[in-house]
Amino acid sequence: MLELINVSRHFGGLQALLDVNMVVPMGKVVGLIGPNGAGKTTLINNISGLDHPSSGTIRFLGHDISRAAPHRITRLGIARTYQNIRLFGESTAHVNLLIAQHGQGRASFLEALTFFPRYLNEEKRLKARADDILAQFGLSHVAHTQAANLSYGDQRRLEMARARAINPRLLLLDEPTAGMNPTETRELGEQILRMRDDGLTILVIEHDMSLIHQVCDLVYVLNFGQIIAHGTPAEIKNDPVVIEAYLGREDD
Amino acid sequence: MIDGLNNLIEWVISILTPIGITEPVFQFMLVAALLGLSIYLTLHTGMFSLANAGFMAIGAYVSVILTQEFDQPLWVGILGGMIAAGIIAIPIGLPVLRLRDIYLAIATIGFSEVVRIILLNFDDIVSTVLTSLEGERVRFRLLNGGRGIRPIPKLTETWMLVLFLIAVMFMLDRLARSRLGRAMVAIRQDEKAAANMGINVVYVKTMAFVLGAVLAGAAGGFNAHLKGIITPADFDFTLIVDILAYAVLGGTTIWVGPVVGALVLRAMPEILRDLNQYRGVFNGLVLLLVIIYIPNGLINPAGWKRVWNRYFRRREPATQIIAESE
Ligand SMILES: Nc1ncnc2c1ncn2[C@@H]1O[C@H](COP(=O)(O)OP(=O)(O)OP(=O)(O)O)[C@@H](O)[C@H]1O
Ligand SMILES: [Mg+2]
Repeated sequence: MLELINVSRHFGGLQALLDVNMVVPMGKVVGLIGPNGAGKTTLINNISGLDHPSSGTIRFLGHDISRAAPHRITRLGIARTYQNIRLFGESTAHVNLLIAQHGQGRASFLEALTFFPRYLNEEKRLKARADDILAQFGLSHVAHTQAANLSYGDQRRLEMARARAINPRLLLLDEPTAGMNPTETRELGEQILRMRDDGLTILVIEHDMSLIHQVCDLVYVLNFGQIIAHGTPAEIKNDPVVIEAYLGREDD
Repeated sequence: MIDGLNNLIEWVISILTPIGITEPVFQFMLVAALLGLSIYLTLHTGMFSLANAGFMAIGAYVSVILTQEFDQPLWVGILGGMIAAGIIAIPIGLPVLRLRDIYLAIATIGFSEVVRIILLNFDDIVSTVLTSLEGERVRFRLLNGGRGIRPIPKLTETWMLVLFLIAVMFMLDRLARSRLGRAMVAIRQDEKAAANMGINVVYVKTMAFVLGAVLAGAAGGFNAHLKGIITPADFDFTLIVDILAYAVLGGTTIWVGPVVGALVLRAMPEILRDLNQYRGVFNGLVLLLVIIYIPNGLINPAGWKRVWNRYFRRREPATQIIAESE
C-alpha cells in the first residue's frame, strides 16, 4: 500500500534519513521504533507532505507522492497525528472534527449562502459523523469544549479522533501514547486494533514495547536515519543489532 | 420597502444626533464597518495583510471614473470598483501570500503605497507614454495627480450603505458556517495541520485575500461618492492604521468584532467632541490598551466565557475532574 524506495533526507550536513526502504502492507499495523533523533518524525513528515525527500520515491496506492502537496496526500487517503499535539486549540472538539472532514464535503460557499439542499444535507451528515467519532473515542462529554482547554489525555485522544475523521486508508501515528499511563496506553492499543479491524492500515511510531507487542504485525527499526532491522515484534526483540542500537539507552 | 428603511434610518439618526452622530457621521461609520470587515477576512485567516488601503483606492478611482467619465449609475461604478480590486488582488496575492507575519505586513503596506504613488503620477505616466507613441506632445488628464478628482456628486445614500452592510454581514455569517469558513479558522490556528486536514491552503488564503480586496473596493466606491472628492493622500498610511485599529479593537474571531470596532472608533470622537482634534492620539491609546489588556479584542465569546467561568463559577473545574475520572 505504502512503499518507500531509497528515501533520503538531509538537513544541511545532517543526514536525517538515508536510503530508507520500507513497505507498509494493506490492513496491517506496522511499528516504527528507534532511539531519539533517529529520524522517525522526519519520515512521517515526508510521507504526509510537510517535508519532502532529498532523493528517493514514496509511493502510495500507485501514486508517486514524494513531492505532492500535503492536502493532496490527505485526499489520497493518508492522515496523521503529531508528536507534539497540534489541535486547533481555539476551536471546540466538535469543530476540530468538522475541519478534519473538509475533504469529504462538496458543497461550495455559494450553496452555504443560499441554504442549498446539498449543503444542508452535507452539514447534517458531517456533524452526525463528528458526534459518532467523538463517542467512539470517549470524548462526547467535551464535544463543545475548546480543544486547548481539554486535559492532556483528551487532547491525545482528540488528535487521533481528528485523524480518524479524515476517513483515511493509512493512518500515521507519531508517539500516540506519549505521556500516558499504562492503562491509557493499553486502551489506546485496543483503539488501534479496532481501527485496523475497520479496514485501516496503520503506521505507528512508539517507544513503548508493550504497545508494539500488543498491536504490531511488523516492526521497522530506524537508527541514525537508517533501517537497521525489520520483522515481527518477537524477532525484533531478540535481534542483536537492535539490542546494540538501544544499548546504554535508558528505556522508557 | 426602501421607504420603510429610510424612515427607520431617519428615526435612528434623530435619536443619535443629540450625542453628536449626525447623518454624515453615521455614513462614515458604515463605510468604516465595511473596511473593518475587509481586513477581518484576511486576519481571520491568519494573514497580517495591510493591502486594504490600496484596494480601497482602486475601488474609489475605478468607480468614480465609471460614474463621471462613462456616465454609469452608481451601482455599476461600485461593482466595477469591486471587480477591479478583486482582479488585481489575484496576481498580487499569489506571490505575496507566501510571506508571513511582519513580512507580509511590510509587503502589503508596500503594495498600498505603490498604488497611491501610481495614482499620484498616473496622468504624467500616461502622457509620457502617449507622447512617445504619437511623436508629438500629448497632455493626458484623468486623475489630476495630488489634487485629485472633484467634485464628485454625492450619490451614495445611507440606505444603500445599510443594505450593503447587512448583506455583507449575512454572507460572512454564512461563511462561518461553511467549509470554506472553517478552513479559514483552521489555517489561522495552524497552517500545516490545516494542510494535513486536506485543506488547500494556498486556495483558501487567496480566496480570503481576494474577498477582502473586493470589500475594500466597495468601501472605496461608496466613500468616494459620499465625500465628493478623492485624492491619493486619502489612502496613505494613516488609513492603514485606522483600518487595523477597527479590527484590533473589535477582534477578529467573529465578524461582529470589526464592525463594532469600526462603529465605536468612528463614533467616539464625535460623542466626545473635545477629543476630535486628538483623534489620532485617542485611536493610538485605545489600540495600546486593547493590545495589552484584551489581546483578542472586545468581541470574543469564548474568551469572555472563560473570564466569566473563572470569576463567577469557581466550582466548575472540580466537577469536570469528577466527570473525567468516571
Ligand atoms: N527541519 C529540520 N531542520 C534541521 N534538522 C532537523 C529538522 N527536522 C529534524 N531535524 C533533525 O533530524 C534528526 C531526526 O529528527 P526526528 O525528529 O525525525 O527524530 P525522531 O526519531 O522523531 O526523534 P524523537 O524520538 O525524539 O521524536 C534530528 O537530529 C533533528 O534534529
Ligand atoms: Mg519524533
